[in-house]
Amino acid sequence: MAKNKNRSSTQVLATPEAAPDIHLISAEKIESMGATEKIRFILDEVVQNKILILERGLTPQEETALIEQTMREIDQESFIGIELQSYGMDHGKNMLQRVVMGGPRPRMAVIGPANLLRLVSKDNEKIVTKIVGKGA
Amino acid sequence: MGLTQLVQQWSLGRLLAKAFGKKHARIGIYGPPNAGKTTLANRISRDFTGETVGSASPIAHETRRVRKKADIDLRSGNAKLHIDIIDTPGVATQIDFHEFVEDHGMDEDEARRRAKEATEGVIEAIRWLDDVDGVLLVMDSAEDPFTQVNVTILGNLEARKLPVVIVANKIDLAEASPATLKSAFPQHPVVPLSAGEGTNMDALYEVVAKHFR
Repeated sequence: MAKNKNRSSTQVLATPEAAPDIHLISAEKIESMGATEKIRFILDEVVQNKILILERGLTPQEETALIEQTMREIDQESFIGIELQSYGMDHGKNMLQRVVMGGPRPRMAVIGPANLLRLVSKDNEKIVTKIVGKGA
Repeated sequence: MGLTQLVQQWSLGRLLAKAFGKKHARIGIYGPPNAGKTTLANRISRDFTGETVGSASPIAHETRRVRKKADIDLRSGNAKLHIDIIDTPGVATQIDFHEFVEDHGMDEDEARRRAKEATEGVIEAIRWLDDVDGVLLVMDSAEDPFTQVNVTILGNLEARKLPVVIVANKIDLAEASPATLKSAFPQHPVVPLSAGEGTNMDALYEVVAKHFR
């Protein structure tokens, strides 16, 4: 039910002072964590109204684990879930690249609280989101 | 039951299945909310058993528990497949009870209860990925196919090497564009149909009988 809809509590675009923080997380930081640790890290940041841009996102299995954990932590008063947008896995363009990569790798992802971050459009080459509410 | 007996029983099952050209498969029906999953499950079940699986509704998250219709003999031409249909709740990354109140006029208590049950339904749907042999991924062909839920579920199925057929549902709608779906996911079979009107169901059965065998 990810409708791109504004409602009264989230209609006002953030002013620079109240805008949520946007954190660009390096691939090294993400890769240094195990799956459970990654999910905990992401949710802990997102519930604090931070928007994360991951240089290297999550595998599909990690994404489903993130969705599952998000569902457990939804609290209708303060946390209605996440906006998660990513591309599919990078499988490499040719055999040589696939060998060098050592298997498919996640690509960039953006994750934020659903009440602050909304998807505008998405295709195989571009993800457009907008910030629709205030941060902390 | 001992390990030897289990192996023997499993082998016998495979031999019988081979001999009769018939296999038993658990097919999960997955997709985002309101894509028409239960309508499709009902259509398949009605076509082969005369019974329905559950109630469908235009309100998102109508299905909040996994529902199963077991022992369906799906036939297409000479091919047949013995299947269980697993109708799963819509997978979403966010659930806001306000939408039930504002869009559908529900009272707040009911909306909160529905939202809570919907979160549990998403968890149950994800858990069932471990127990299905193949997936019908249902998408609304009048909507943008590049949703995160579609990308995540497809990626998950590919990683698990589970066979998947994409159902481009609701082709009866004027704005439907099944061609967009086909070009978005060229690596998977896509069957355009209308589960609500029963259009092109034979094409689905043909693909399912071949693909999930």
